[in-house]
Amino acid sequence: MNTDIAIDARNVGKIYGSGAGAVTALGDVSISIKKGEFFTLLGPSGCGKTTLLRCIAGFETPTKGSIHLSGTDITYDPPYQRPVNTVFQSYALFPHLTVAQNVGFGLKMRGAAAADVAQAVDRVLALVKLEDFANRLPQQLSGGQQQRVALARALAPEPQVLLLDEPLSALDLKLRKEMQSELKRLQAETGITFIFVTHDQEEALTMSDRIGVMSAGALLQVGTPHDIYDRPTTRFVADFIGETNFLEGSVEDHQVRIGTGDLLAVPLEGETGPVTLAIRPEQVSVTSAQADMSGKITDATYMGTDTHYTIELKDGSPLVARIQSKSTATFDVGDTVGVAIDARAVQVLKS
Amino acid sequence: MGKTRAFDVTTLPGFTFIAILAFVLLYAPIVTLVIYSFNGGNSVNQWGGFSLEWYAVAAQNEAVQDATARSLIIAVWASVISTALATMAALGTTRRGKFTGQTVIYVIINQPLMVPEIVTAVALLIFFSSVKVATGYSGLGYLILAHSAFCIPFAYLPIKARLEGMDTTMETAAADLYATPLQTFRYVTLPLLLPGVIAGAMLAFIISLDNVIITEFVKSAGQDTLPTYMLGQLRRALTPEVNAISTALLALTILILTLFVFVTKKRG
Amino acid sequence: MSRPETGRKAPRSKGVDGWLLSAPALILLIVAASGPLLIVAIYSVLEKGDYSGVRWILSGEGWFRVLFERDIFDQTISLADANLSIFWRSIKLSIATTIITFGFGLPTAWFIATRPARSRAFWLFLITVPFWTNLLIRTFAIMEVIRNQGILNTFLTHFGLISEPIQILYTDTAVLIGMTYVYLPLMVLPLYAAIDRFDFRLIEAGYDLYASRWQVLRGVILPIIKPGIVAGSILVFIPSLGAYVTPRVLGGGKNMMIGNFIELQFGQGQNWPLGAALSTLLLLVVLVSLIVYTRVSSKDNTNG
Repeated sequence: MNTDIAIDARNVGKIYGSGAGAVTALGDVSISIKKGEFFTLLGPSGCGKTTLLRCIAGFETPTKGSIHLSGTDITYDPPYQRPVNTVFQSYALFPHLTVAQNVGFGLKMRGAAAADVAQAVDRVLALVKLEDFANRLPQQLSGGQQQRVALARALAPEPQVLLLDEPLSALDLKLRKEMQSELKRLQAETGITFIFVTHDQEEALTMSDRIGVMSAGALLQVGTPHDIYDRPTTRFVADFIGETNFLEGSVEDHQVRIGTGDLLAVPLEGETGPVTLAIRPEQVSVTSAQADMSGKITDATYMGTDTHYTIELKDGSPLVARIQSKSTATFDVGDTVGVAIDARAVQVLKS
Repeated sequence: MGKTRAFDVTTLPGFTFIAILAFVLLYAPIVTLVIYSFNGGNSVNQWGGFSLEWYAVAAQNEAVQDATARSLIIAVWASVISTALATMAALGTTRRGKFTGQTVIYVIINQPLMVPEIVTAVALLIFFSSVKVATGYSGLGYLILAHSAFCIPFAYLPIKARLEGMDTTMETAAADLYATPLQTFRYVTLPLLLPGVIAGAMLAFIISLDNVIITEFVKSAGQDTLPTYMLGQLRRALTPEVNAISTALLALTILILTLFVFVTKKRG
Repeated sequence: MSRPETGRKAPRSKGVDGWLLSAPALILLIVAASGPLLIVAIYSVLEKGDYSGVRWILSGEGWFRVLFERDIFDQTISLADANLSIFWRSIKLSIATTIITFGFGLPTAWFIATRPARSRAFWLFLITVPFWTNLLIRTFAIMEVIRNQGILNTFLTHFGLISEPIQILYTDTAVLIGMTYVYLPLMVLPLYAAIDRFDFRLIEAGYDLYASRWQVLRGVILPIIKPGIVAGSILVFIPSLGAYVTPRVLGGGKNMMIGNFIELQFGQGQNWPLGAALSTLLLLVVLVSLIVYTRVSSKDNTNG
């Protein structure tokens, strides 16, 4: 038994309903989340990430598989017996209780002495910098403050794992950025395992130690933000995280021949036959001079620091290039340009 | 209303006039009744100066005292019982999603609102009279039972409305924070539901206090409530005493309704 | 944290919990409201007892006597004119009450719904107070107004409009005035609810397309608030048909409606099976109206 593992989900599946109307929310997901890790479940809405989170919290019972917390099977434990707490998307603060009562709720339910509860509440409110708001009611606080109360409430009972269900989605951009670093700080200070659910890939990349990308009830790839961004293993992951160009081609003589007939010396690991190349727009450069390939600019979008050019290659396939706006040469729609691809950075996906 | 005002799509010709007329016609009789309850002198036709005489007469009348006490006892019991049962039923029908037979439950609960009261009254007369013969018991229990039953839909409505407006994530959050189902109900659901429960109890209280027909048919001899006493006192014209009792009841109703408005407004 | 004893057991079904929690209320309602209605239906097909009550022998006499009467001497059968006139009065007065309350109720509901948000609550409160006020008190109040020495007659005599007080009390008119008075809030509230949801921009669209005020009312407003009109009409018609207190107080014994006629059958030495048959009939009429109502309103909902 690996003692470094906080949450170990084995072959977890969840099917709602039965018969013809059955909906599979989770197919067969296995995942190990390490103690003290900031782990993010990333995917579009309906991909099953929230269902997995709710299975860990105990709000849903998986229809198959098991979930272990520090080596103990908790699959069928009711939520109130799990040392796991949730920060809800809607915060779910109790409107009839003060901030302090909200934060102390979990400890009180576990039967802690009043003095201990009070002490813990003070400590946690200090942690989220809300000491002065202890006696307010939730509706008297701003959205950002409510968010902190929800965090404090979930942290106060010192859970082994903290689950965060898109907690930042209700905040405006500026506040969201603040809370992102706040969450990182809290995680570092408390050392608690965080499992964070989001559909925002940028949020996932900036905050996480590791990311699990989900789609249609399946876990597609688990890895560090670098792994996920630079070495996506599936077309879905490459497409969902950042912008990506896809070019179809086939392996020929340790290189890949693409639709234009050009050969690209991309890194191959024994692939043969048809492959898909995932090319990030920043790996494409455009010159007015002759280059490996050529194409015609069909669209130019100025985006501040960068300009995005859509280039139509000889075979008609589109390729997006991201060029720094301050770079010397600018191009217009209709220009014929030379195109170069940084072949070493290209990711090869099996077709 | 002026002709110089811009064309207002929300006004229709004559509507405002008829509406004001309706309010006047609605309140004029009640106001008259209230004014005449303060009439000194014996005549119901002649104004004999302001006086609380008839309130004193009513208050000292033993039959009125009895009927008042009985009305209050029945209304308290009926509102407590119906609110408790309605709260459970509301939790059962709103907190656990859809289930088979839910419509049947709705129909049975709302049945007293649909069946003409005289029919229910007659049915209870037949039923309770045989129970009275069979058991020999003829106390207030029958009235309390009947009132509790027809008060249920009135208590149920505001409680159900409150529950439907309440987020189930509150209960989920409580369970996440180590509250057992019982603790969740005690510390989260019930406090949040309380305004609805109070509102339901108040409506049930008013409905019980005001009931005439079912009470008239179910009561045994000597079990007059205030409304049946008043109905029994009816002659060619109202006695000033009945005016006074009516006004007192009216004041109580308005008081409870005002409280009701405040309780239900504080929600959310 | 050890695994609980219950282990893998599936959670109890929602339906079981729902029924269990509703059970106490349902039992009370079945014992003291719905169940006895069945007894009434059974009594309607039993034989009349000698003194009162019933004998447990099947008989159609109760239902027969709803419409017919038998001559005591020669047993010839004829229509029971007295009963028919009571039915006719009940239906006539109930329809009239529904129409008049609608005439007053629509402008009143419209008026409340078009007030600014702040004062709207006040006007709504003014309508709900009579709604929750004891029916008997309201009937007494209207009686004070229309009796011979009441305000109305005093007022009219005072200004020389009439020389003799008009006899209104103890006539059908009195019952009609009384029922209109006590049931008006029941018409206003559902109409208000419908108008409150009404999108007033539709009226602007109507005027924009050259409709007159009358055409806007008939062609735009009334069709859209129809569910409210149907609900209000049902809410007024049903209690009017089963009215008991108002005809008893204002109709004065002679001008009976079905409710009073039913009561009469349950006095000493009277005909319980006939009373039970009349009650069942009334219940059936109400049920049919409610079914029609649900049909109409659900059809309206599906049409948008």
